Amino acid sequence: MNNQEIAKLDDILQKHDYNSTLLIAIMQDIQKVYHYLPEEALCYIARKLKISEAKIYGVATFYENFSLEPKGKFVIKICDGTACHVRKSVPILEEFRNTLGLSKEKTTTDDMLFTVETVSCLGACGLAPVCTVNDHVHPAMTPDKAKALIEELKEEAANED
Amino acid sequence: MKIKTRDELIAKQKEYAASLNSQRKQILICAGTGCVAGGSLKIYDRMKEIIEQKGLRCALVLEKEPHDESIGLKKSGCHGFCEMGPLLRIEPMGWLYLKVKLEDCEEIIEKSIIHDEVVDRLVYQDESLKSYVRQEDIPFYKKQTRIALEYCGRINAESIAEYIALGGYSAVAKALFDMSSQEIVDEITKSCLRGRGGGGFPAGRKWQQVLNQKEDEKYIVCNGDEGDPGAFMDRSMMEGEPHRVIEGMLIAAIATRAHHGYIYVRAEYPLAVERLQTAIDKAKDKGLLGKDILGSGFDFDLHISQGAGAFVCGEGSALTTSIEGNRGMPRVKPPRTVEHGLFNKPTVLNNVETFCNVPPIILNGAEWYQGFGPANNHGTKAFALTGNVKNTGLIEVPMGTTLREVIFDIGGGVKGGNFKAVQIGGPSGGCLCISATEDHLDMKLDFDSLKKVGAMIGSGGLVVMNDKSCMVEVARFFMNFTQNESCGKCVPCREGTKRMLELLTDITEGRGTMEHIDLLEKLADTISATALCGLGKTAASPVVSTLKYFRDEYIAHVVDKKCPAGQCKALMTYRIDPELCRGCTKCARMCPVGAISGTVKEPHSIDSTKCIKCGACLEGCHFHAVKEV
Repeated sequence: MNNQEIAKLDDILQKHDYNSTLLIAIMQDIQKVYHYLPEEALCYIARKLKISEAKIYGVATFYENFSLEPKGKFVIKICDGTACHVRKSVPILEEFRNTLGLSKEKTTTDDMLFTVETVSCLGACGLAPVCTVNDHVHPAMTPDKAKALIEELKEEAANED
Repeated sequence: MKIKTRDELIAKQKEYAASLNSQRKQILICAGTGCVAGGSLKIYDRMKEIIEQKGLRCALVLEKEPHDESIGLKKSGCHGFCEMGPLLRIEPMGWLYLKVKLEDCEEIIEKSIIHDEVVDRLVYQDESLKSYVRQEDIPFYKKQTRIALEYCGRINAESIAEYIALGGYSAVAKALFDMSSQEIVDEITKSCLRGRGGGGFPAGRKWQQVLNQKEDEKYIVCNGDEGDPGAFMDRSMMEGEPHRVIEGMLIAAIATRAHHGYIYVRAEYPLAVERLQTAIDKAKDKGLLGKDILGSGFDFDLHISQGAGAFVCGEGSALTTSIEGNRGMPRVKPPRTVEHGLFNKPTVLNNVETFCNVPPIILNGAEWYQGFGPANNHGTKAFALTGNVKNTGLIEVPMGTTLREVIFDIGGGVKGGNFKAVQIGGPSGGCLCISATEDHLDMKLDFDSLKKVGAMIGSGGLVVMNDKSCMVEVARFFMNFTQNESCGKCVPCREGTKRMLELLTDITEGRGTMEHIDLLEKLADTISATALCGLGKTAASPVVSTLKYFRDEYIAHVVDKKCPAGQCKALMTYRIDPELCRGCTKCARMCPVGAISGTVKEPHSIDSTKCIKCGACLEGCHFHAVKEV
């Protein structure tokens, strides 16, 4: 890690007073910067917070929201809560996976553009079935809408380039 | 500006109320997660633009000087009728507009704000095309009683001034100056307020136990880790009336002499976190949180702790250890949270909805609260009504309301088929149904009545299922959820749920035998008896309850290898309807295993011994001649 990155981590640690009981909040802030938890960053905060790397690894792997692997530019989360499930969310998940060539094991496309995962209930049950793209909620999804959404996002990415 | 005394609070309330009442009209745009996804924030911006264009005075916040000509424009909390969003309410008339689009804004301002006309096409119409202009007259709302959700959808969710204008924080003043700690606890005990998060443990008893502890350091923790799939009551309260949550916690702190509090919110609710943080900051600004609240000498600090996606953290001891920065795993109890809770100190841990019920009980008294619901189950309960029901959304009804009233009167009936069952209490709950032997439709929804039939209110998710839902698949869905979320600390839950999931998967995929069912029952017994925490103990409930009421469906799966609801793909067979088949040969060309044969322009047929049930022919047929049976 270069000095600039270390400074970023120091800022985050300072914001939380180097308080090790705030470990989860600290890691959430780190994840906001990198979109995942880089190993070096975790080792660095372990030293600074004076707790073991094993403890940090334990916490990081316990919670669903933390990722030790880099994620795609667009993180698509398909809600698999009960309400979405009974209103047929599985075919939507399958559509995303098939169109992007992903599976339960392989969740991110090689071009690092898309990550597809499921998420437990988002609480938007009135709009079921829903998915989110980088936390933006898309209501009343269908497999066709899923296909269109991917095209739209691809276009968005191409335009940015 | 800090409010330093009770008198100042009363004066402020008068000032804010005068300012609020002077607004000629108010537009409340729902800014709950549901309506925001439907584009309600764009409608808010458009409304502001139009109001200003028309030369009207648009008040986004309460103005210091009351002004009769101003139009109040606010982002409110969830109105509950999520299916019909984005929703827009117009005060003082109480009109509700549904499915509002950007194009409608101009007309709404012109007709309803400048003049007093209704925009007919935006009001609710029932099936007989009868229109309901006022929100309270719509059947969805008519049978509801709102106590916990009182202000949700009625005020600007981000404004502390509007909350105070309607009498907010006066319960805190009453608790601080007119009541002793013991009197507050007694009032809550007398009201029979029971925990709304699932267990239904009397809140008063919990508070009493914490009050009795000799420790100086105590904590108030609010459980906003609403992880049950299909539940969003707590989210709506945190988003729509965050000050109500804070006020309830503050009263608990005064009652038990605690000076620190935490609200644990799950990470899937970013809007709730944002609104709570704004509310905490504003309450601190006004001196309603922090040191020497209203000059009483009482201190209370409140923090937000964000979850990171672990269902098990909804369990008390897992939640407190997660706040401490650890893996969120439950521990053996006793000692209970009231003795050794957060940081090993006595802790009041209640659910969001429980805290939201506290301020009105303190203000109106326990006897008033006892006027709602049956004995020992007083008050109201918020439910998230979802699934195959016409009106999905957030509702609040008196305890003891029947399932029939909830589904048919409020929910408007079942969608896409006949009523089959309702799953209540999420992955820890059971189902209520109509089956050969049972009819639960007239069942009263309260803690004690539900316990008798092996279900529970849980946090309040009600997922309605029609006759096209397969109950074995539903049980498998919940087991899959629990298995995924099992923290892995105790063997019965970690291994037991895994094995139960395998058995259920076998059954839905056609590999089941009668022994599978026996084994499921044995495992369910063992897990309930031996798992460490409440979540593990109830992990098998959906299986036990579906086995009890829909055993014949399980048997159809294992003996006849049929799914009566037609949901389990592996148990389906495909056939071609000779009446509809035109002999176009498309399906024969598409079939990856060559199971379809026939001559051109003659009906084709499928060889079921070769068919792999991929469904390609079904999707490909232009004449809908391929059927699943």
